[in-house]
This record gives sequence, C-alpha cells and structure tokens, in this order.
Amino acid sequence: MSKHFGRQSVRFENPVYIITTASTVGPKEGEGPLAEFFDIILPDSLCGEDSWEKAESKIVKDTFGKALSKSKLSQENIDYIISGDLLNQNSGSTFAIRDMDIPFFGIFGACSTMGEGMSLGALLIDGGFANNILVGASSHFCASEKQFRFPLELGTQRTPTSTWTVTGQGSAILSNNTNEKCPRITAITTGKIIDMGITDANNMGAAMAPAAFDTLNAHFSDLSLNPDYYDLIITGDLGYVGHDLVLKMFSEKNMDLSKNYSDCGILIFDKDKQDTNSGGSGCACSAVTFAGYLYKKLKDEQLNKLLFVPTGALMSPTSAQQGETIPGIAHAIAIENI
Amino acid sequence: MDYLNAFWVGGLICVIGQILIDKTKITPARILVLFVVIGCILGGFDIYDKIIDYAGAGASVPLPGFGNLLANGVKEEIDAEGAIGILTGGLKAASAGITAAVIFSLLGALAFNPKEK
Amino acid sequence: MQDNKAKYQKMVEKSSPNTNLILNCLNAFWTGGLICVIGQFITNSFLNLGCDIDIARTITSVILIFIGILLTGLGVYDEIGKIAGAGSVVPITGFANSVAAPALEFKKEGFIFGVGAKMFIIAGPVIVYSTLTSVIVGIFYYLSK
Repeated sequence: MSKHFGRQSVRFENPVYIITTASTVGPKEGEGPLAEFFDIILPDSLCGEDSWEKAESKIVKDTFGKALSKSKLSQENIDYIISGDLLNQNSGSTFAIRDMDIPFFGIFGACSTMGEGMSLGALLIDGGFANNILVGASSHFCASEKQFRFPLELGTQRTPTSTWTVTGQGSAILSNNTNEKCPRITAITTGKIIDMGITDANNMGAAMAPAAFDTLNAHFSDLSLNPDYYDLIITGDLGYVGHDLVLKMFSEKNMDLSKNYSDCGILIFDKDKQDTNSGGSGCACSAVTFAGYLYKKLKDEQLNKLLFVPTGALMSPTSAQQGETIPGIAHAIAIENI
Repeated sequence: MDYLNAFWVGGLICVIGQILIDKTKITPARILVLFVVIGCILGGFDIYDKIIDYAGAGASVPLPGFGNLLANGVKEEIDAEGAIGILTGGLKAASAGITAAVIFSLLGALAFNPKEK
Repeated sequence: MQDNKAKYQKMVEKSSPNTNLILNCLNAFWTGGLICVIGQFITNSFLNLGCDIDIARTITSVILIFIGILLTGLGVYDEIGKIAGAGSVVPITGFANSVAAPALEFKKEGFIFGVGAKMFIIAGPVIVYSTLTSVIVGIFYYLSK
C-alpha cells in the first residue's frame, strides 16, 4: 500500500523516533519565557569568535555535539546530517561540520528549514536508507540583520509587524531504533510555494500565513483529520500578526483553531518586556522551540499529538530590491507518542 | 529666540520625515536621498536660504541644509570660475561634511565593533 | 487569484497593528529639534569667537558628524534612533550614522572590501543624487545668468 496520501502528505509505516534533541540560544532568548528548556544559553552572541558568521557556525557545531553526547551515539553511528541556515550559501551549517566525518545534505528552506530537514530525515529512515540522522537548523540575529536588513548600529525604528530573528540552533536525532519511550514522526505534509503578493519585508508573518494555511488544509484533507485531533498545532515564526491571519482564514472556512493553535514566534519572547514587536523569527525560532520546549512536553506526555509546522519566507535581498513579492512555504510534521 | 526657532523648525522638518516613513513605504535610507535633493532644489530657487535666515541651525543641520549647501556652492563657483563651476561647485561646498564623515567613520571602524542587540 | 490577493491584502491591513504616528511624530519633533538646538549652540559659540557665519556652520556640521559617529561607535545612536525615528535620521548626525554603521559592520571583511567598499551602501545614493541635483541647478543658473 502506498504511503503517500492525497497531493502532499505521507504517513510513515516504519517507526521514526526522535530519540533526542539539543538546543543553544543567545542571551536574549535566554531571558525569554522558554529559558529553562534550552540546553545551552550563551553569555554573548559572539560566542568567543570574531564575527557573527563564525559565531553561528560555532553554535551549530556545539549544539550538534551536545545532541550526540545526549544520545550517547558516536559520529560513526550517524548516517547523515541534514542541516541549513539563513547565511549565504548555507555557510553556517557547512563550516560548522567541516571536522565531522558524516555524510551531509545541506538544505535551504529559510525559516522552515527544521521542518524540511525533519521531513527528509523521516523519509530516509522510513525508507530504510538510514538508521540515525542528525537534523538541525540555525540562525543568528546579528548575522541576519547584516545580510538581510541594515548594519546593527544604524538608527532605525522597527515597525510593529516586524519580527526578531532568534539566535541559536536546534538539533534533533531521528532514529529507527530506541530503548526508551520516544515520540515518533507519524506523518508529514510537504508545503507548496504560496505567494499572496505581500512585499513588505517587515511583515513576514503576513507573507507566510497563507502558506501555513495551505499546508494545514492539505494535511487535514490528505489524511482525513480534524484540527482537534491534535493537542497542539504550532507554526514556526508567523508571530502575532501571522497567527491572527491563520485563525481568520480558518474561521472563514468555519473552522475554529483558537483552542489548540499557537506559534513558536509568540512563545519564545515576551513581547512587552523584550521589545520584539510581532514575535520571534528565523530558522532557530521553530528549531529551538521544538528542540527545547516542545520535545520536553512530548517526553513528559503533557503533549501527545503535536503538529509542528515550521514556516519560511523565501525571499533574498536581491529579490526584495527588484520589487518581487515574498513567497512562503510551510512543512507540517505530525509527532505523536504511540 | 534663535534657539526657539531652530528647535521648532528643525523639529518640524523631522516630523515631515517621520510622517513619510510611517505613512508611505519610503525607507529611512530613501528619506535621506529625498531630503537632500529637495534641499538642493529649494537652494536652486533661493528659497532655502530664507528658511536658514529665520531658523539658523534648525534649517542648516537637517539634511535639506546639506543639499542647499551644494546648490549655493555651485552658484558661487559659477560666479567665480564660469561654466566649470557646474561640475566643481557642489562637491567643493560639501567637501568638509563628506571628508569628516569618511575620516571619522574610518577611525570609528578602527576603534569600535558593532554591539549585539 | 488576483481577487484572492486583493482580499488577502485587505485582511493583512486589518490584522497588522499600525505604528503610533502621533507618538512617533512627537518624538521626532523634540529629538530633531534638540539636535538643531545643539547645532545652533555650536554655531553661536563660533560666531562669538569671531568666526564668519559660513565657517561657523561648516564647523558645526563637522562637530555634529563627529558626535554622530562617536555615538554610533559607542552603540548609542541606534538606541536613540529607536525612540527618535526621523528625529535622528534627518539631521546631519543621521547622515554620519549611515556612513559609520556599515563601516563598523563590515570591518570583518577587511579595510578594503569591507570598511572601504561598504561605507557608502546607505549614504552613497545621497551623494550621487545631491551631486546630480547640484549639477542641474548649476546648468539652469549658468544659462539664466
């Protein structure tokens, strides 16, 4: 029987366990509401390096190391690394793993990278092509500002719809084998590129919300599920604005998600105390929220059915300058305690 | 009195900039360009000098004042040197500001690193 | 599809909080005004020392540029900018900040391709288009003489 359902979804037959996770965050995230759930909180964003970009690679390397040591697996046991970030040419990931002797797939999904990586990893494991896979995604506030926006010291105001790029990295080890009770990836829905014509780079939540809506719809219809099947549906980095838009789009279809739908960008910062406007964003936003907070809740069985939906805005500084609209994407990962 | 005039005229020019940033999609980087060009045009018509006469630093310190400086420089240079002044006058008048910005920024880059936010 | 996009655009406008225009304007007004008052104070001081008005204004610009760049280096100017908005963009100190901020940011890429090349990524267009405008002003002035 085919494992592919509908246009976009896959239901796994073989178990894909998430056997461990690791997370590192910067100082600002370490002052946020989720601080207690992270493995490493950096005292400063440079992390002992001399540039933001080098710091990001150091964070990736250290977090991967942390995941390996927590899982008690050695490098030889890992069949693939699947990792991505926001830096040009994925250098945050590739430079981090130069010294690791592990086959590597570098991926780009903007802020949806963690979802893309977990999807591909789960497919490889269910297909029998790998036993253990290390998945990760990272971003760095200062490096992202420098690449996508303005120099840090430029005196500009942030608009209320803007989001704050999370500094950090979230890793997860996917495996076909475990001794202890671990949450399993049971299904995925791979997103399509959705572009509803938003051009405002300071309103990424609005640019990505239609992609999240589209993927969620596809997930529910492909797998014949109702939204209330899940204890929690959580998108990656839509922030307050995008979260509100997703709720509105569903309510137009007479579906009420308000009880069990949240967003990592809302959880990670305290917007009143931390001056983060619409919330957190960046690859690390969903990656560290999953690897830190959500995974702990799954392990403790406070959550048993989670739909994790990292979202990405696939623009570049060049496309923005050429007046292009911002395409969005969202990948849904169903994670359950079985 | 000159302080009061400098305050409200200078403040008002900034408010115009703020309204443009908030109400249109003009980014601060474009505001810089727009204001300098407008100042230069107003200088060309001898209007901006009248504002400076009234407001002093309230009009010379905001960026249109920089544009006005270029317009005045061009005119003075044409009066003194003829047609070649069209090419030499503008940047000659702006040279102190540009040179100061370049040299101080270089020194700044030597002395400081950007700080994490 | 086009209908959907227009409809979505409306929905986004409703969901997106607006900036507080009144508060922003008030902040831009007093901060921008204050910078000009400081400028006036410097100008007056040099006039009292017997400087010619043009020289006094040039020295004022240079000193304000120095202050703007120093505050940028100390990591203070962007904090001022968060509150002041256009109040710290429009005065000449804002121009100085727009030169110094990229100079600092791209230091790691070296003094040639980093600091030297990137210094004018924001202020470059200001010089380009003010030069262009001054040439046009000059042509008209020359022809009307």
